[in-house]
Amino acid sequence: MSRDGLPSGVFDVAVIGAGVIGCAIARRFTLEGARVIVIEKALDILDGASKGNSAILHTGFDAPPGSLELACIKAGYAEYLQIHERLNLPLLRSGAMVLAWTEEQEAALPALMEQARTNGIADVQALTAREARELEPGIADTLRAAFRVPREYLVDPWSAPHAYLLQAIENGAVLQRNCEVTGGIYDGVAWRLDTSLGGIEARLVVNAAGLYGDIVDERLTGRRDFHIKPRKGQFVVYDKPAARLAAHILLPVPSKTTKGIVVCRTIYGNLLVGPTAEEQEARDIAELSPKVLASLRHRGEEILPGLAGEDVTAIYAGLRPATEYKDYKIRAREGQAYITAGGIRSTGLSSALGVARYVQALAVRLGIPARTMPDPAWPRLPAMTDEGKRDWQCAGNGGIVCHCELVTRREIEQAMTGPLAPQTLGGLKRRTRVTMGRCQGFYCSADLAEMTRDRLTVGMTGSADAG
Amino acid sequence: MPADLPDSCDVAIVGGGPAGLAAAVALRKQGIASVVVLEREPQAGGIPRHCGHFPFGMREFRRLLRGPDYAARLVARAVRSGADIRTSVTVTALNLGGRLSLSTPDGIAELKAKRVLLATGVREKSRAARLIGGEKPGGVLSTGALQGMIYLKGEKPFSRPVVLGTELVAFSSLLTCRHMGIRPVAMVEPAATVTARWPARLLPKLLRIPLMLGTELTAIHGKSRVTGVDLVGPDGKTRHVEADGVIVTGGFVPESSLLKASHLAVDPASGGPDIDQFGRCSDPAYFAAGNLLRAVETAGWSWAEGRRAGRTIAYDLKTGLLAPKPGLRVALHSSALKYALPQRIAYSANSPWSAKVLQFRVTRPVNGRLSLRLDGKTLWSKPFAALPERRITLPISMLPDGREGLAEFHIQEEAQ
Ligand SMILES: Cc1cc2nc3c(=O)[nH]c(=O)nc-3n(C[C@H](O)[C@H](O)[C@H](O)COP(=O)(O)OP(=O)(O)OC[C@H]3O[C@@H](n4cnc5c(N)ncnc54)[C@H](O)[C@@H]3O)c2cc1C
Ligand SMILES: Cc1cc2nc3c(=O)[nH]c(=O)nc-3n(C[C@H](O)[C@H](O)[C@H](O)COP(=O)(O)OP(=O)(O)OC[C@H]3O[C@@H](n4cnc5c(N)ncnc54)[C@H](O)[C@@H]3O)c2cc1C
Repeated sequence: MSRDGLPSGVFDVAVIGAGVIGCAIARRFTLEGARVIVIEKALDILDGASKGNSAILHTGFDAPPGSLELACIKAGYAEYLQIHERLNLPLLRSGAMVLAWTEEQEAALPALMEQARTNGIADVQALTAREARELEPGIADTLRAAFRVPREYLVDPWSAPHAYLLQAIENGAVLQRNCEVTGGIYDGVAWRLDTSLGGIEARLVVNAAGLYGDIVDERLTGRRDFHIKPRKGQFVVYDKPAARLAAHILLPVPSKTTKGIVVCRTIYGNLLVGPTAEEQEARDIAELSPKVLASLRHRGEEILPGLAGEDVTAIYAGLRPATEYKDYKIRAREGQAYITAGGIRSTGLSSALGVARYVQALAVRLGIPARTMPDPAWPRLPAMTDEGKRDWQCAGNGGIVCHCELVTRREIEQAMTGPLAPQTLGGLKRRTRVTMGRCQGFYCSADLAEMTRDRLTVGMTGSADAG
Repeated sequence: MPADLPDSCDVAIVGGGPAGLAAAVALRKQGIASVVVLEREPQAGGIPRHCGHFPFGMREFRRLLRGPDYAARLVARAVRSGADIRTSVTVTALNLGGRLSLSTPDGIAELKAKRVLLATGVREKSRAARLIGGEKPGGVLSTGALQGMIYLKGEKPFSRPVVLGTELVAFSSLLTCRHMGIRPVAMVEPAATVTARWPARLLPKLLRIPLMLGTELTAIHGKSRVTGVDLVGPDGKTRHVEADGVIVTGGFVPESSLLKASHLAVDPASGGPDIDQFGRCSDPAYFAAGNLLRAVETAGWSWAEGRRAGRTIAYDLKTGLLAPKPGLRVALHSSALKYALPQRIAYSANSPWSAKVLQFRVTRPVNGRLSLRLDGKTLWSKPFAALPERRITLPISMLPDGREGLAEFHIQEEAQ
């Protein structure tokens, strides 16, 4: 440690940003033998675009053919399927259906299926409205036609990046949170990054700053190749009984600008409707609008009439790091040992592991050697979905604290310790799901306040002005 | 497998609040041998455990008590009666014929009961379920969460919150704030009048808290903690009010998640179980009492329901209640009617242990006539005036005996 409390020495790679992309990149470089530091400006990881998404593991069936996005999605998808059991990450093999409600949408289906086949997704299946409704009886009878994409799946948007970063850390990577990169210079051998906590040195810098990708480029290289145009997506999450209404991910026919409003289960057994696509300036605020939320409910009920009267458990919004370009902006800067992984707009959860491989390959071309670790550690994440045996079913769990999501005292204690311990209540929620169920903290807030007292940087009590 | 938990019993009670504990005492008094109360919290007592204010206990103990003292007395009485109270035990599934799946600190278990009483209570409607806009900072709490933090743990979550709602529980939140030296900056109600009854509405004035009627809370601001809210008043204008917390009160819903995941029939109107005159669910091994039946009643009323349920179940075990049969199904034919229970009426009001009254609620202030129709014929019609969130009862003897079909309640509202 140096005087300012930062780890000293020259790292092989500094990754700026601990969103899902940064976490996956840190893992890949670590597994390829590099000494990695991850620098995150927020108090906790996953505080940007990766905080709120639809959690679909895309096949890439609707991605632009020949794009870098498609290549990364396909590689990321394949690797997730390969490693998820080892890391104990859940996977819900739901399949998806693209639904056509108008004549125009119906006319668009053949081309979309053709695009899927071009993209290597050969198992798409055309369905008549009747066939679709036999598979999904909850769908409104105004449906005209559909097609099925059997291998579109659902994942956990939080435990996946946690697992990637945890594997990096268990194999030697360092995480520095609450640390903003403000500038830096490259002297031909290594970077010296200025951060809010002091200087950090690394041979290679990877910018994975998501919604701030262009700003970080500007700060470090003096120019931007793209401009982030945040695109907000709001969601309504229904209580678990609603999940019976749809087994597949129900996708609309996409428009030019958005994949459109999706209805799907979550890996935790809820049902969500969203996201919207709303352009905005702010990169750090994703405000919910009661009108938009009500319209989402309405849209959900048009697709699944049975949703009327189902209870809402949660509402949230996320920001996509969109740019003026359609494709990802991933490129290395010759002579600067610098790679940007930017503009990973609406498919980053699916593509992260693929992006990481692509970035690592670029680094090899920049002269950063790879020495694949012979026998890396494989941490196992605690099972939080009903797919595996949950802690409340095991002896010694300390009793259930969060009754809606059946989170035990032991699970909370375990999450509160270790190298990835949360600093905020939001962080604790993302690790354990406490307060994320139907009562939203009515029953467990008191216990949680007691359990987290003086253990979170932003705790459950106290005013904004008191910190 | 938890070592000392029985694997069978006469009656299992799910939920150790006023209703469940009253039932346990009644069952023991009737000589039922093994009565097990299953409570998921580390202590029994239910919601009153963290209502550190008056008034509780008049009906049950003939004295005015604070919630925690009241809860402690209920528990002591149940323990003395010989009921077996098991805390930190969560019922995770209700299975056919009275088989319960449990989670305990020692892992999972099963309990087979001859009869089960469901008494899992209510919770408040969350900020999310109300689709309140803005950001999602910390410091947005229900009254239940606020009370738990303050009375059970001595935590002070904020110092200048806005209170949303004017049901009785909103006034509980004012008392709770006062206890911790918290000064609400405003009490906000979307409706034009205060929901709770008369004495409560004097409280904001006494505490000098501005009461803003006809006002919607449309957005919450703040990143990590609340910094303020947007309010839209009767003039339609949005105004920003600084605050460091929001108390989202009332809008109670039955804690019916167990029920909804089970084989038992649920009444969409009440959000609780579909019951007959004996409080019996669609599976006759299951009964229900207390606030799970509907939102929301006082502790005293829930307690009385629990006691009655205990006596009824004891009779069922010893003598046998009348067998379930199709009878009248209560149907509500006006959007002004929120719910009515029991939902099924198949027996004479004079049969032993039959409920004597129908309980109603309305969704909005109503002034007009209430009528009952059966097979398209109006049986009677009477003047009817009611306010939302108030108890309304009707003698069950006003429904015809021994008939089958839909008993349809209609309301004709008088033009204002
Ligand atoms: C509404 C919505 C729905 C989506 N649905 C899906 C889906 O179903 N499937 C799917 O695959 N993808 C989906 N996505 C896309 C996916 O969420 C994003 O592509 C992904 O989260 C982008 O991650 P990132 O790591 O690039 O960015 P971020 O998550 O924004 O991470 C960047 C990090 O860098 C940090 N940072 C920024 N500046 C600095 C600095 N100067 N110093 C230090 N740290 C800094 C930030 O704090 C942040 O934590 C969706 C996105 C949204 C918004
Ligand atoms: C903030 C607040 C203030 C109030 N103030 C007053 C007042 O001043 N005066 C008054 O008369 N009334 C008051 N009430 C109402 C009163 O608390 C209720 O009427 C009463 O508690 C209802 O009793 P109950 O037994 O039906 O439910 P509860 O008291 O809610 O008890 C239900 C019990 O079931 C347990 N449970 C739930 N699910 C499970 C499960 N799956 N497994 C095991 N156990 C389970 C719960 O932990 C709980 O202990 C107030 C309520 C609130 C929320």
